[in-house]
Amino acid sequence: MDDARPAATTGRYIGQRVARKEDTRLLTGRGVYVDDVGVPGMLHVAFHRSPIARGRIRSIDLSAARALPGVFALVTADDLARFKVDMLSFFLAQPVVPVPVLANGRVTYVGDPVVMVVAQDRYLAEDAAGLIVVEYDEEDPVVTLDDAKTGALVHPDTDSNVAAATGAEELDEDLEAALAAAAHLETLAFRHQRISQSPMETRGVVAQPHGSGELTVYLSCQGPQLCARWFAQALELPQTSIRVISKDVGGSFGLKGQPWREEVAVVLGAMLLRRPLKWIEDRLENLTAANQAREQEITLRAAFDAEGRLVASHADYGLNNGAYPQGADSNIAVMMFLWGAHKLPAFSFRARGWFTNTVGLAAYRGPWAIESLAREVLLDRAARRMGIDPIELRRRNLIRRSDQPWTTPMGLELTDISPAECLDVLLQKVDVAAFRAEQAAARREGRYLGIGFATYIEPTAGSTGVAVLMSESAHLRVEPTGTVTAVVSTHSQGHGTQTTMAQVIADRLGVPYEHVEVYEDDSSRGGYGSGAYGSRQAVAGGGACIRAADLLLARIRESAAHILGVRTDDIVLRNGVLHVTGDKPQTVSLRDLADIAYGDPDRMPDGHAGLEAQYRYRPPPITMTSAAHACIVEVDAQTGFVKIRRWVTSEDCGNMINPAIVEGQIAGGLAQAIGSVLMEEVSFDARGNPTAVTYKDYMLPTIFDVPEFEYHHDASMPSQAEGGFRGVGEGGCIVGPPTLVNAIADALIPFGELELELPLTPARLLAHIEQRPEIARPKPAEASEAPAPAADAPADPVPVAAAAHNVPAPSAPQEPFAPASGARIDGGWKFVLSTPMGPQAFDGRLATDGDQLSGVFIMNMDEAHFTGTVTGNQLKWDLKVTKPMKITLKYEAVVEGDTLTGKCKMGVFGSAKLKGERVKG
Amino acid sequence: MSEHAIQLTINGRAHEARVESRLTLSDFLRGDAGCTGVHVGCEHGVCGACTVMVDGAAVRSCLMLAVQANGAAVTTVEGLADDDGTLHPVQQALRDEYGLQCGFCTPGIVMTLASLTGATPATDPDKVMNALSGHICRCTGYQGIRRAARRLAGLAPTQGAPTHG
Repeated sequence: MDDARPAATTGRYIGQRVARKEDTRLLTGRGVYVDDVGVPGMLHVAFHRSPIARGRIRSIDLSAARALPGVFALVTADDLARFKVDMLSFFLAQPVVPVPVLANGRVTYVGDPVVMVVAQDRYLAEDAAGLIVVEYDEEDPVVTLDDAKTGALVHPDTDSNVAAATGAEELDEDLEAALAAAAHLETLAFRHQRISQSPMETRGVVAQPHGSGELTVYLSCQGPQLCARWFAQALELPQTSIRVISKDVGGSFGLKGQPWREEVAVVLGAMLLRRPLKWIEDRLENLTAANQAREQEITLRAAFDAEGRLVASHADYGLNNGAYPQGADSNIAVMMFLWGAHKLPAFSFRARGWFTNTVGLAAYRGPWAIESLAREVLLDRAARRMGIDPIELRRRNLIRRSDQPWTTPMGLELTDISPAECLDVLLQKVDVAAFRAEQAAARREGRYLGIGFATYIEPTAGSTGVAVLMSESAHLRVEPTGTVTAVVSTHSQGHGTQTTMAQVIADRLGVPYEHVEVYEDDSSRGGYGSGAYGSRQAVAGGGACIRAADLLLARIRESAAHILGVRTDDIVLRNGVLHVTGDKPQTVSLRDLADIAYGDPDRMPDGHAGLEAQYRYRPPPITMTSAAHACIVEVDAQTGFVKIRRWVTSEDCGNMINPAIVEGQIAGGLAQAIGSVLMEEVSFDARGNPTAVTYKDYMLPTIFDVPEFEYHHDASMPSQAEGGFRGVGEGGCIVGPPTLVNAIADALIPFGELELELPLTPARLLAHIEQRPEIARPKPAEASEAPAPAADAPADPVPVAAAAHNVPAPSAPQEPFAPASGARIDGGWKFVLSTPMGPQAFDGRLATDGDQLSGVFIMNMDEAHFTGTVTGNQLKWDLKVTKPMKITLKYEAVVEGDTLTGKCKMGVFGSAKLKGERVKG
Repeated sequence: MSEHAIQLTINGRAHEARVESRLTLSDFLRGDAGCTGVHVGCEHGVCGACTVMVDGAAVRSCLMLAVQANGAAVTTVEGLADDDGTLHPVQQALRDEYGLQCGFCTPGIVMTLASLTGATPATDPDKVMNALSGHICRCTGYQGIRRAARRLAGLAPTQGAPTHG
């Protein structure tokens, strides 16, 4: 371990367990959640939803519903046709398939909203929804990942059910040879069940149109700034005309990152009917019609040498995107972080997202978490089969601090990860030898104890490659009253950012925490920010607050020095009071200074009024958090119940702003991890009917299911970000599942290797214990067959992209180009490149000179020039780009008439479809 | 739909209202009486967020009709703290122990704990924990809730935590 590592630092407020500013109002019932908002003339919405997973709408009979007293309006897709709406992804990209606000001609999942009922109250609206009669021509639905591969097209206008793809379609011969030749090859294949984010507050919206054409939208969301921007871009309205207010939010966990069909329907309905509308999702709707997460399959192969060192690995991955994902996704982050902390020489993968007739995909805390589950479970299995201690196997392969800087085969540049060092600390806290003795003794009594370990790294506060996640802003001022007000682009759905941002500001400025008020609930004040997304708020928001506070402090000290005729260096702000040191010591209150700043600005430097500052902070491209966890379980061999006896965490989350809040984030993630391993499951029958539609069927952990967690931050090192913070929002949900699975598998090893079939319910564990045959389940995806050379795998593969197309992109079908002759190539073109974050459109020009091609892509006021070759109507060119990573993009295209079709090969990330249309005239 | 006249006290104040027979107590308390601290999380009696006290006992107000509260004394989370802002011991314990994050499930947990603790002699800690198992919190992993409950039941906040493998 490095001896010279800087210790985590604390200040007067930073690093302290300060009481949360949010709690008094929330404990006394005075929070303001969206359902607590009422406005004059407000009407209530319920949806009539599809009872079938797939079919054509033959007729809609609204007559009985319309006749019900108290019903104000019945709104269908036809009524909304006058509005142009682009249902954008979280990244504000166009969807891969058009997403209707209300079902338009077809229904694509059970719960698909068909009619929006508007009535005097919710009771009447539900009555009316029940009186609507819709006739369907029902079709056989595509429900599972297997269905998607062989069944009918979910969206008839597409050419396949692949919603998104990355990686290589063909197997890499060299990699396959390395896997085959290695001393040990371990293969793990399993499915992850579908999860409902299940925030305790469901989704909800109140949309209030104003006569001037403006809208106030009260929204349960993850960030009012991003949602206001989303509405503005999706509805093509000026952003200043839409004000999104989101005061208290009862949890989100990824579900409420962006508005979706129901919220948009309510906003459009309010505009259409010129009345305020409220929709509060009920739990039945939330468990059936709110977007969900995690339904995945993975086959991971990893080869080791005789000493247990990784040689090569391949992953084949599928993700159920449902019918309308909030951004079609093949989840590149799974591949980035699968071996992101390990010394692995060679890696290749194929990842695909699939459309099905189920409710769509949304984010859920650590959306890529399956990488840690697959890796850590595979490592334990490999260790058992190779006869190596599982901790030793990890230590042989983890990248230590002293190994860095290190670049992974996926191009991840590591400088300060520390899972190995966290594991060192963990093993000081957990006496494995003593446990093994206890385990052996217990087994003799017929009791089954097990211990599980897992490590991970987590990318937090990313500011690269994703345009909506680049920066956060803080606007600070000393009010005329002397108190400090901050408007920050963070947002809390339980995160406590009013507390942590106030701690940072108070600490940095030198004022009492109680004198700082933080506002983050209203898009009409402050600047853009994405809110709670990607574990970014402590790092990005905290950094913005530090820089803004430093600017404000400088302004305060300069002003006081100018007024008092002393040097700036003689002014210190401490506990809200300005202390003048030097020959004539005195004190001045911030209130007195504010009186002058606002009321007598002639006395201020340069005559400028006010005490205000703002800063927009862009954090480093990625700030890594590392951890190692251990847990000890006892599995009751009579009942199959798992009792978690101990859970120890060892984190490197850098400088902590508030340890109680850090630990709260870890604990909350771990509780969700325990739920996903032991009980939670969104399930469907063969017709696509959801079969877990209440909290009696969709099981959530209670106080008895979650043990007390022990936390150790001894391995923490400040990050490179301002303040030295690292994010902790998602880690528990990432590292928790493998830790618990490994402990259960260790406990039950006397009964053989446990098959990973999630959730590990008592019934499944009993089946394993009693050696009963498993219930037949669909087999996870096999690795690609028919190995073929992958010409596009560069020797030094690095992730993707261009200034003009700055994200990894899905692969295209491998179609041969049909030669033709006499095609006109020269001139202006409009291009669309399909990327995992949605299609990216840009302009360009092509010119030929004999068999030489030259061209330019133009996007976002940037130009990327390239040269290549022409053969008949076939074009080839390379484009070297440096942002966000260095890579050579290899393009091939064919021109026929006024269209261009082709693909862009991006090394290890696979191919992206390219389409072009000639600019006429 | 039949309407019924009801009389009840809410947080010590007399209320009279005419309500539809199907109106839940939770919707009545939120919509008619303005007690928006009553949170509706599942409407089927599992999550416990809507818990209020009716004649001193914790009940799920989503599973009770407003007409059934005729003549009852109802206490919601708004009725616990003193007028001067001093928190109820249950609220103070949850605040001190970081027993909440998003706060949505919190009013129900506060009311269940308030109905069971504060008596002399202290309530059996097992009974308190059993009652809390009827509340779902998706944020905290129950760490601070358990510490607060232990404290309220007269135990040390971390009593019973294992200390070795």
